[in-house]
Amino acid sequence: MIAQEPTLKNRPEFINVRIKRQNGPGQEPYWELHKIKYEPEMNVISVLQRIAAQATTVDGKHVTPVTWDCGCLEEVCGACTMVVNGRVRQSCSALVDRLLSDNPDEIVLEPMSKFPVIRDLMVDRERLFRGLQRVKGWVPVDSYYDMGPGERQLRDTQEQNYPLSQCMSCGCCLEACPQFLKIEVPRKEGETDEQYEARKYAEYDKGFVGANAISQVMLFNNHPTGKALAKERLDALTGPGGIAACGNAQNCVAVCPKEIPLTTSIARAGRATTVHAIKKWFER
Amino acid sequence: MAEKRVAVVGGGLAGLASVMKLTELGVKVDLFSLTPVKRSHSVCAQGGINSCNDQTRQLGDSEWKHFDDTVYGGDFLNHQPPVKEMAMWAPKVIDLMDRLGVPFNRTGEGFIDRRRFGGTLYKRTAFAGATTGQQLLYALDEQVRRQEAEGMVRKYEFWDFLRPILDEQGNCRGIVAQDMVSMEIRSFPADAAVMATGGCGLVYGRSTMSVFCNGSAASRCFQAGAKYANGEFIQVHPTAIPGADKLRLMSESARGEGGRVWVPRKAQDPRAPQEIPDSDRYYFLEERYPEYGNLVPRDIATREIFDICVNEGLSVEDDRMCVYLDLTHIPAAELDRKLGGILEIYEKFQGVDPRVEPMKIFPAVHYSMGGLWADYVKSSDGGLEPGAPENHMTNIPGLYAIGECDYHYHGGNRLGANSLLSCIFTGLFTGPSIVNYIDSQPHDAVSQELLDSARQAEIDRHQHLLTGNEGSEENPYLIHQELGDLMTRVATVVRKNDQLTEALVKVDELHKRAMKVNLSDTGGWTNQNVLFAKALQDMFPLAKCILKGALQRDECRGAHYKPEFQKPPLTAEDPAERRRQAEAWCDEFEANNERYLKSTIATWNADTMQPDLTYEDVDTSSIPPRPRLYGLVGADIIEEVWQERAKAKAEAGQYATT
Repeated sequence: MIAQEPTLKNRPEFINVRIKRQNGPGQEPYWELHKIKYEPEMNVISVLQRIAAQATTVDGKHVTPVTWDCGCLEEVCGACTMVVNGRVRQSCSALVDRLLSDNPDEIVLEPMSKFPVIRDLMVDRERLFRGLQRVKGWVPVDSYYDMGPGERQLRDTQEQNYPLSQCMSCGCCLEACPQFLKIEVPRKEGETDEQYEARKYAEYDKGFVGANAISQVMLFNNHPTGKALAKERLDALTGPGGIAACGNAQNCVAVCPKEIPLTTSIARAGRATTVHAIKKWFER
Repeated sequence: MAEKRVAVVGGGLAGLASVMKLTELGVKVDLFSLTPVKRSHSVCAQGGINSCNDQTRQLGDSEWKHFDDTVYGGDFLNHQPPVKEMAMWAPKVIDLMDRLGVPFNRTGEGFIDRRRFGGTLYKRTAFAGATTGQQLLYALDEQVRRQEAEGMVRKYEFWDFLRPILDEQGNCRGIVAQDMVSMEIRSFPADAAVMATGGCGLVYGRSTMSVFCNGSAASRCFQAGAKYANGEFIQVHPTAIPGADKLRLMSESARGEGGRVWVPRKAQDPRAPQEIPDSDRYYFLEERYPEYGNLVPRDIATREIFDICVNEGLSVEDDRMCVYLDLTHIPAAELDRKLGGILEIYEKFQGVDPRVEPMKIFPAVHYSMGGLWADYVKSSDGGLEPGAPENHMTNIPGLYAIGECDYHYHGGNRLGANSLLSCIFTGLFTGPSIVNYIDSQPHDAVSQELLDSARQAEIDRHQHLLTGNEGSEENPYLIHQELGDLMTRVATVVRKNDQLTEALVKVDELHKRAMKVNLSDTGGWTNQNVLFAKALQDMFPLAKCILKGALQRDECRGAHYKPEFQKPPLTAEDPAERRRQAEAWCDEFEANNERYLKSTIATWNADTMQPDLTYEDVDTSSIPPRPRLYGLVGADIIEEVWQERAKAKAEAGQYATT
């Protein structure tokens, strides 16, 4: 498909952008309409940059610039996830021409709904990284000294692992998942950083760990040294918030911007945890 | 004994490698990053990571040759001991990353596969698909998460580094940082601090770098007294996709597979590219360099594309500079097989299928070779002395600089696939140095007064930005746009003294205006407006280093190119006369090195708000400098003369032969 026909006649002069804003955690969200000049080859990030520079709504009211999170703008860092026209995705690769051809009237931007809003379009995804800690998503090497090369690996193994290791922790799969529900832990007066973190992690750990973390379990359990922790990872998936919480809605795989075979990972994890549970039962 | 604690600022490859090594050595780390560390700019690296390996060794390669390629690629502006050490460590770094689970591509037998990269003759580059940086970063991120789970690391993500805390002796005793969410400003005492904060692409407005690569952390150290070196050396990659928000890299392999670069002969020809007949197309690289065509070396391609748009006004578009990179003559199936990944990037971001329509590309700022000045101790074999506390320490004791934000390894120009190596190497290698430094210090607690006053200075700055400039019309985003446009125009591909002189005046004006910005958001919660304004103000000292450094360097070296001072090719046909010209050429080359084979060292002068420049000799003790002659007429005879001279010098015992 060629979106940028130089002969295209119906380019709008202005674009309407409707943004769901929220001044801080626990505050009421509100909608704001911005109007910016159309330029060719815009994406949602450049739209937000124009809005920040102009900081005025469609009715001429001076407002604070919209807050959002972004990084590489090449769809590889995972920072700029938001809900664009009702669909969760990376905003850097959300091209205005395509969005306008779906809905010529306006572009609607909302923060992800499954994570606590920090401000406007920026959310707190710490729970996502906690999930990686929960499943011990790493290779437990002895040391960082030079001990020679790792174990030789078949090309097949590399080709199975490579897609899984492209997960950029963007959170699209979690936003789309009906079983992954928002957990917001407001800070209490007088709580130290450590106390707050411990309480927050305890709450997070009760919730569904999500497709991305399950897929990482499969990645590391398939690594020659990584599999040393296979049992512990499967334990983590057997408990509450583990693999049993997956309702097999398959939304995750549909929204993954990296097209990671998440449902395949979930199915493999399902079998592995079952075998693991039976083995454990016999070992009792 | 008091607990050892180090503050590491920056969570890319260098920062994470440093955290990993320090925690292994029993040091606790506070890790600061503008973004969750897994999202650091290192994820963007595509190509791969270099090392001499079992395969290349059997073809005559060695660590020494990797060292030589790096120094030659950098136009001899690299101090040689750190580069030598890095090349020696390279195979170990690959092995470690392999053990940590990086999914390097494999050969059929299961060994790590390699590919060739520009500037080398051997297949030295290990890679993981087209996302090597991402895979390396994730492996380090996972190890740091493991150390975090074991209580060795406290991560401060979404925290902005504001300044190093220096005691009365001038030693670094901690840092001040700001929570980008709650806006809280806090002092963090530390036995040492490590800056691993990457490049400064945002000084150019748009580059191939991520939005947080604004150089502000390095600039804040610079303004606090750290030296900044070789600022003028900025690598510009020939082909990137110009975007309204950023410039995305388009790999050199597109030309390698037969891509042709052209513009319409008529300025801003309104026709669709497919409708422009061959006779109306200007394949300028092929016409100007019949021998090399579209595969001229990177710096030449960059300059020619720039020239055709800027000086000849033949940009494809009138309001934006770009040329066509055309792959449409190659069958789509072949393109998919060889270039699938990068074509998808173009398709995804431009909404255009490059199999059907030529890509629009332009050079883009890509890498900062310069950075914070850092020390080292040379070992008896010409490498680095392991564990010496001075390795990678800035001129502020206890403040270290590693990765892209230090000035070592790349000299005048960066060799492809060496940056990932330099980041991981410096992170690992400096671990024991930092520990030894800490052990050499008296462990008296940092005074509360010192911590408080550093914090208060930053609170004052913050408050002033929020409320101090009422009535001013200055908008930080618009000033940034002006700065970026100016820097891109005068200090990227081609540098001219009159333009640089003018730009210095203009940048000074912009700096003053930036100090008076009036913010539309004066709130105390996740105020990105004020954080951006601060970063903007701190871009100016670096911008001035780049401009002034470039102005004072009257030569062509690596990425720094001044046409006025380019050495002409040989013209004589008569062999004797040609030989005489070559001798003269070599004399001039030596005389030029005498003047300019030096690192530019900047110190910040707060009174004049300008950098003061001095120069430092480059350590060329292992490999004598030689001319880079790619594409020059008469290169063969110049090389002959040069080698005779080098041999004579070697015999006189000036350099060790290898």
